[in-house]
Amino acid sequence: MILRRPFFWIILLVAAGFIYAPVHGNNVSLREDLILIAIAIILASNLNLMIGYTGYVNFGHIVFYGLGGYVGLYLTTARGWNLVLSALVAGVVVSVCAFLFGLAILRLRGAYFALATIGILQAVQAFVSNFDPWGRSTGMYLSFSSYQSLGGARHALWITYFLIIAVMTLSMIVSLAIKNSKFGLGLFAIREDEDAAVVLGVNATMYKAIIYSVSAFLPAVAGALMFFKNGMIDPSIAFEYMLSLEGIVMLMLGGQGSVIGAALGGSLYERLRSYLLTSPVLSNFHLVIAGGLLLMVVLFAPGGLIGWVYRLVPRARKVIE
Amino acid sequence: MSGVLASMIDGLLVGAVYGLAAMGLSLIWGVMDVINLTHGSMIALGMFCMYLLFAALKINAYVLLLPTIGAGLIIGLVVYWMAVHWVVGRSMLMSLLSTFAVNMMVIGIGTAVWSTSPYNVNFVLPGITVGAYTFTGNHIAAAISAVVIALALQLFLYHTRTGKAIRAVADNREAAELMGISSTVVLSIAFAIGIALACTSGALVSTLFPFTILSGGVYQLKSFVVTILAGLGKPFGALVAGVLLGLLEGVVTPFIAVSWIPLIEFGLFVVVLVAFPQGIFGKRAAA
Repeated sequence: MILRRPFFWIILLVAAGFIYAPVHGNNVSLREDLILIAIAIILASNLNLMIGYTGYVNFGHIVFYGLGGYVGLYLTTARGWNLVLSALVAGVVVSVCAFLFGLAILRLRGAYFALATIGILQAVQAFVSNFDPWGRSTGMYLSFSSYQSLGGARHALWITYFLIIAVMTLSMIVSLAIKNSKFGLGLFAIREDEDAAVVLGVNATMYKAIIYSVSAFLPAVAGALMFFKNGMIDPSIAFEYMLSLEGIVMLMLGGQGSVIGAALGGSLYERLRSYLLTSPVLSNFHLVIAGGLLLMVVLFAPGGLIGWVYRLVPRARKVIE
Repeated sequence: MSGVLASMIDGLLVGAVYGLAAMGLSLIWGVMDVINLTHGSMIALGMFCMYLLFAALKINAYVLLLPTIGAGLIIGLVVYWMAVHWVVGRSMLMSLLSTFAVNMMVIGIGTAVWSTSPYNVNFVLPGITVGAYTFTGNHIAAAISAVVIALALQLFLYHTRTGKAIRAVADNREAAELMGISSTVVLSIAFAIGIALACTSGALVSTLFPFTILSGGVYQLKSFVVTILAGLGKPFGALVAGVLLGLLEGVVTPFIAVSWIPLIEFGLFVVVLVAFPQGIFGKRAAA
């Protein structure tokens, strides 16, 4: 049972910390920092389901986040739905799309799949940029009245913050639960040797399509919440290719295949990026530094930070997964 | 109707440049099984290489292709020994990530040096006027240069010892090593040639359209489309597929808004990828 795993309680503790820290003293700037970290953790954790668990590189993971944002914002503004409901519906819609797409493109293996994900990202972005109901390339704006139902803007921002932390917690719990399930074992088998896995009775096509759609759900919900909080969305922000790729950097930095690795990589990279972007000397070079870091990790520590910890303290595997 | 024809011819000419860019990607992919994600930034470097050379020398831009090729070869060797050599033969993820890391660094340095504002190479060749339409000289010269370079590569691959060694390593690396071919040398040469092709195509694009340091990304994606259409490791097929892609752009441009073109291209890309994973011109083989 997942409740018996110590790491489950560690996740809850971290989530409690995320909620306590900014609420205590009503620290809004800390909240804004933490929200970016939470988004990074959500993206990296769900990407980990594809890259770390199943061994399929998804370059266009951000498409789920952006589409979720679009569906969510469309439902809250044009339809006047309640935030939680529209975020959930956005998640479901995007997951179903991902499942159907997944059945088609997951017949491809390895690099071919990776390239198809780039194609999907670009095609969806091009489609949304031309889609009239979603405001084409100028995007959509949230009307201020949408905040009223949540008790005014100030209140609404706190509520979205708590919801995003909930999504972050759920992302890590889902990762942990999948890792410790039979389904997860099937995914690992696909990662190690897909043909062998099929021979041993793993329904690879179905498994891959399911994990692809699972990895779409929470990022889509997070996208709906985040773009509601920002109050606007346009195709270049929603489907930012760079952010999609930075998700991979986060995952590699922390250690792919590990729940804590994805979370750690996400938060560290996000902190590093904020630091570099705001530093007057280094702001122009944040890509150079991030790239150099990634190259170092790939060449010298393919297991990432957590791989290094596991090597030093093998027993750590049992506690932090 | 003649407008469509003119647009098609223009598409053909630009398509030859797409093809040249894709040849670089396809060569590296076919020989060492590495998807070179530095491709886009190398195309951008080629553009700026041409810009700097032209600004300094002010001579015919198409003569400057020769030093650009040289610069591309050197850059290619540097990138190979920095990031690629250590990951050849390891899992695909590793080479994707290491080349992507180099891409980030090049784009980062480029943005710091040139910012993301547009540049252009101010060199115009006289065009050819047919009826109401004028084909600019630059488009024609770029297409001719692309085809000449592609033919030169074809001759090199099939009629020189090094070229044959490259094909042998692409075919079967172990067997080639047993025949006394040093695969390290061959791989580094093939990678350098691939990068040089990317730089050259970037230089050609810079004579046609304004560009920024980020423009390479667009052509990288087009190169992927073309490579997939052509099938892997078929450099000359890539040229043909590139021309086809240009033709397609030329045919649809008069009829629909330009902003829809990416959707058509990438939709086509995904469909071809799923339906013909070995490329339209490729042979059927185990994936």
